[in-house]
This record gives sequence, C-alpha cells and structure tokens, in this order.
Amino acid sequence: MARIAGVDIPDKKRGEIALTYIYGIGRRSAQHILSKAGVSWDKKVTEWSDDESGLIRNIIAGEYRVEGVLKSEVQLNIKRLMDIGSYRGLRHRKGLPVRGQRTKNNTRTRKGKRKTVANKKKATK
Amino acid sequence: MGRSIKKGPYIDFRLDNKVQVMNNAGKKSVIKTWSRRSTISPDFIGHTFAVHNGNKFIPVYVTENMVGHKLGEFAPTRNFRGHVAKKDKGKR
Repeated sequence: MARIAGVDIPDKKRGEIALTYIYGIGRRSAQHILSKAGVSWDKKVTEWSDDESGLIRNIIAGEYRVEGVLKSEVQLNIKRLMDIGSYRGLRHRKGLPVRGQRTKNNTRTRKGKRKTVANKKKATK
Repeated sequence: MGRSIKKGPYIDFRLDNKVQVMNNAGKKSVIKTWSRRSTISPDFIGHTFAVHNGNKFIPVYVTENMVGHKLGEFAPTRNFRGHVAKKDKGKR
C-alpha cells in the first residue's frame, strides 16, 4: 500500500496509471513526474523503492496542486463567476450547462435525474 | 478558440475613448453602450455601464473581478420565468 499526496492509495498498477488516481494528475503529468524522478513508467507501484517513492512524493508536493487544494481552487473560480453575476456564474447557480450547450434535451449530467412535471391529464368525458 | 494575444483584447474604440476622457477628467457617470462585445479593461473599474440587452439597458457596476470578461456577460438577454402550467389541456 503506497500513500501519496495524502489520501490516495493506488497499488499493483503501473506507476504511470497509478498516479492518475490522484485528483489533479492525469497521464501526461504522471509521465512527467516519473521521468523526472527517473523511474520507469512501467514499474509497478509495489516495485518502487523507498527512495523512488520519496522522490515522487517530493515532486508532487513541490510542483503540482492536487486533491483538496486543487478542488478548493476550482470551487473558488466558480464562486468568483457567481459573485460577479456573469452569465457563466448564473448558469452555475441554476445548475445548467455553462458553455452554451443545448438544453432542449439531454444535458442530464448537469440537470440531474429527470423530474417529471405535472402529469398529462387524460380527457375526461 | 481564444483570441490571438498579438491583437490584444478587443474594446470598442469609442467606448474606450469615453472612459479615457472620464478618467482624465476624474468624472464618473453612467455610460450607455450597445457594445456588449467589448472586453472589460482595468481602466473600467469603478465605472457603471448601462449595457444594452436587446430590450433595455442593464446597469453594470464594474469591479476588479470582472476584468477580462465581456460587458455582455453581465446583461442577460433572455429572461426565463419558468413554464406556464397548462390548465385547460384535455378539456374539450
């Protein structure tokens, strides 16, 4: 069990993939970190020596914003948009797509589960 | 795609002039504008713009956080009031 950047415990996978389990690190930055630490991308996390994982930890701590810090930064950016009352901020407030996508249908990711509004009344008589 | 940095931000020439004149004179008054496409430059901070939304002018007080956005972002053009409940449907 390897613990890097606080909470994440990626294991048994190739280093390049395992690092992407950390929020804020994708394939690209994982490769950058490993090459900087001089560790082969293909090496499994369990095969890392203590020195190597220490090095990797230092690089992440020094050069990357990950996990909580990054998440709060993103939230702050969104909050800024909402506070200045810009169009994008309004869309965030309403939970609708922000970047001009259509809203006639789909966009379920933003809108959440379908909420049915008022049943269609059947004709009485 | 974003605008090329080489060109710099787009600001309507006449609008920019108006702001410059007011800044030099140290005056402040509401500037009526239709130029929603203009980027808000740091010179605009503290001024109030009446931005046209196609129907009427929306007062926008520019703060520091707004720099880099367009004026139009602060004057919504659509006003969605929710769907009307269809009452008489199905009755005949």
